[in-house]
Amino acid sequence: MTAQQARLTHLQKLEAESIEIFREVAASFERPVMMYSIGKDSSVLLHLARKAFYPSRIPFPLLHIDTGWKFSEMIAFRDRMAEAHGLDLLAHTNEEGRAANVNPFDHGSARYTDIMKTQALRQALNAGRYDAAIGGARRDEEKSRAKERIFSHRNASHAWDPRNQRPELWRLFNTRIAPGESMRIFPLSNWTELDIWTYIYAEQIPIVPLYFAARRPVVERSGTLIMVDDHRLPLAEGEVPAEEFVRFRTLGCYPLTGAIRSRATDLPGIIMEMQASRTSEREGRLIDSDEAGSMEKKKQEGYF
Amino acid sequence: MAQAALERPLDDWLAEQTEKSLLRFFTCGSVDDGKSTLIGRLLYDSRLILDDQLARLRADSRNRSAGEEGIDFSLLVDGLAAEREQGITIDVAYRFFSTARRKFIVADTPGHEQYTRNMATGASNADLALVLVDARKGLLDQTRRHSFILSLIGVRHVVLVVNKIDLVDYDAAVYAEIEAAYRAFAAPLGFETLAAIPVSALRGDNILGPSGRTPWYRGPALVPYLEDIEVSRDATKAPFRFPVQWVNRAGIDFRGFSGTIASGSVKVGDEILVAASRKPARISRIVTMDGDLDAAGTGQAVTLLLDREVDIARGDVLAHAGEVPEYSNQFQARIIWMQEEPAYPGRSYLLKLGSQQVGATITGIKHRTNVNTLEKAAATSLALNEVGTLTIATDRPIAFDAFGGEGHTGAFILIDRLSNATLGAGVIDFGLRRAQNLSYQNFDVTRDVRADMKRQTPRIVWFTGLSGSGKSTVANLLEKRLTMEGRHAYILDGDNVRHGLNRDLGFTEADRIENIRRVAEVARLMADAGLIVIVSFISPFRNERQLAREIAGDIAFTEVHVDTPLEVCEARDPKGLYAKARRGELRNFTGIDSPFEAPEHPDVTLHGAVETPEAMAEALYAQLR
Repeated sequence: MTAQQARLTHLQKLEAESIEIFREVAASFERPVMMYSIGKDSSVLLHLARKAFYPSRIPFPLLHIDTGWKFSEMIAFRDRMAEAHGLDLLAHTNEEGRAANVNPFDHGSARYTDIMKTQALRQALNAGRYDAAIGGARRDEEKSRAKERIFSHRNASHAWDPRNQRPELWRLFNTRIAPGESMRIFPLSNWTELDIWTYIYAEQIPIVPLYFAARRPVVERSGTLIMVDDHRLPLAEGEVPAEEFVRFRTLGCYPLTGAIRSRATDLPGIIMEMQASRTSEREGRLIDSDEAGSMEKKKQEGYF
Repeated sequence: MAQAALERPLDDWLAEQTEKSLLRFFTCGSVDDGKSTLIGRLLYDSRLILDDQLARLRADSRNRSAGEEGIDFSLLVDGLAAEREQGITIDVAYRFFSTARRKFIVADTPGHEQYTRNMATGASNADLALVLVDARKGLLDQTRRHSFILSLIGVRHVVLVVNKIDLVDYDAAVYAEIEAAYRAFAAPLGFETLAAIPVSALRGDNILGPSGRTPWYRGPALVPYLEDIEVSRDATKAPFRFPVQWVNRAGIDFRGFSGTIASGSVKVGDEILVAASRKPARISRIVTMDGDLDAAGTGQAVTLLLDREVDIARGDVLAHAGEVPEYSNQFQARIIWMQEEPAYPGRSYLLKLGSQQVGATITGIKHRTNVNTLEKAAATSLALNEVGTLTIATDRPIAFDAFGGEGHTGAFILIDRLSNATLGAGVIDFGLRRAQNLSYQNFDVTRDVRADMKRQTPRIVWFTGLSGSGKSTVANLLEKRLTMEGRHAYILDGDNVRHGLNRDLGFTEADRIENIRRVAEVARLMADAGLIVIVSFISPFRNERQLAREIAGDIAFTEVHVDTPLEVCEARDPKGLYAKARRGELRNFTGIDSPFEAPEHPDVTLHGAVETPEAMAEALYAQLR
């Protein structure tokens, strides 16, 4: 583009803003880490991180919190990305939780999420002594996220204090923290779900195939379609998985992630379907609807 | 919107999505003017509230005051539990919607005065402000305060939204009166554009299109106005500013400077200067992962390569020769203070401007501006949410522009050195050239020469502790001991200095800061002359002891905490001061009605309640040898 083309499009502006945030993290913190959840937002996050530091490699590791219940296609995709881009990829599982066989069925989604995600995250952040953790959360996802700063301060026990956030003016990010404290940084704060998809389309960013519709084995439970990703999903008596054309709007732990019936097998199809849909993407996530204000509560406990 | 799109060729529609422009705006105004309701209405009318959200919303709206649609729109934007409980907005919330022509990011900002800093956060990245006024109430203090602050923060486009026009029976005269009053008030604030629109957020009048109920209003409805307004300036006219954010070293042959162009544009072959060193170079490449560019403009994040080796680090600013930014260590600025603890002249803070971060001191407060009336008044401090004009000196010169142009190269924040809190936000009016004209004299006889003559290492031993803790007793014994060994020491004592040098100072917080600053400067001069300086001052505040340490610079500095419990000091009460303070005859007395901030990491701690003064002096002497 030429300088005379004065006005950037909204995607160009969002991209530049995210790149600036990435560089500020690299320049201001001693031990940053980037959370990598393998979903579409993480794919965009990874793409932007590569752009921010090109031609250098990303100057910090990527951290995946592996609950042991992710879709197998996600793990395969993760390893392909690490290989293709020479990423310093770390995977962490709460080994105590795994040893105690903590799972979404016997322990309930709330306790399972706390032990295998929130506690696992805190373990990994403490072990790595990371002073900055970059995440892919967006403000359009949920009400308490809409209130969070781009550089979001955490005390020594990883807790967020929503009533006492630092003012964040212009692009002047206060990156100062005391020993033991950390910062959570959200470069995608100002992106919407539609921005993410149109950017993936425009930049041809690879994503996990589970986002595209295909014939998959599912069971329907209280209105939610759960994919039978492996033999560990307990089936009720008489419950038989059915082959259906489905895809996922978000990806997480397979027993907690609802699929939608769909024929969208490419990006334009997904985007059109999303525009016509009348439900938000997190509806497919079982952990947010446990109680009102549940995300805010989880975030105060250290959840991303 | 979605339905229409489905009937059109996919690729055209997608291309359109990627080509939309972006407008960031925010809503402000008094509590209950309907800010949250207006945003809820915009989202609802843009069909952006989805079925599951709507269901949740209807459920949440029970037990609350809801509009015609059975929905309390404000619930959409109040995200925190505390906000829903109290029914007010505490922090800024960001919402997103788009129309066929533009994408919008809306910041809904709180109206309460105590959350003004959050309002400023929402304003600082906005292109435009919606200032809401309740048609029944007209302009309020908050309307004026918000308008003043948003002008200070750099928002140049304003829409006065006269809301609840339905509740005054769509009366044209009411609207005209409010509009005229606001235009008169806002004239000195110098907005680039100012429009006024009568609306009812609850009933949808003049939101998406013209309302039949306001035939007397001939201007555009709100959404069409927001779709049309041009807020970006011609980037080619602004001077080129490139704050270096990160040095990109990809191998031995690649040394690039990464950053976002704050203003102006640059092309390959341009001659540039480093603002601080004035070293010139030419742009040899503009690198991005999508390929090299010939040129780049405002807002683009790029990596610049130069045709020669120049010493450049994070914090440097690159500019075109002939239009370099100011470079100074003193300037005048307006700041909005955002912390309960007031701002005082003499206090030392960290200042962040672009990618530059330096130590900074407020050297004087010219005046405070009453944010409700815009009147100016003399001030010695700035309290929470107050705005003042002041002078600031930085530890070393920084590159900046006067605030108000393209890019924010004249905006800064102040950070507390100990708590790391963001204390204030400021915009620079102009640089003060005094710094350049006043240079330090260098003499041939140096501190080392003077120290050699005395065969001692000059240093500052700084005692801190409560009144009656034993500071002066130990300091006296230490000086005697040093003198016996042939060392040349001198005691600066709190009480004695207050009889002479500092007799104009009282015991308010501002005066205590100045008291310490002067003593620290005197101690530095004496140490520079070759002396061992013993300072015996209560010096209750961490910030000031930190300041003293900074003033000492490269002179050895030993902080000694005489840690004697308050009960012991009070029982001793050698001057009868505690008794007076308890009787209320003495105000601001440390330990009674003024705090003592114990050092977190003193170099030496002496336990005044358990050890004898002689033992403490001996222990300290051993440490200093």
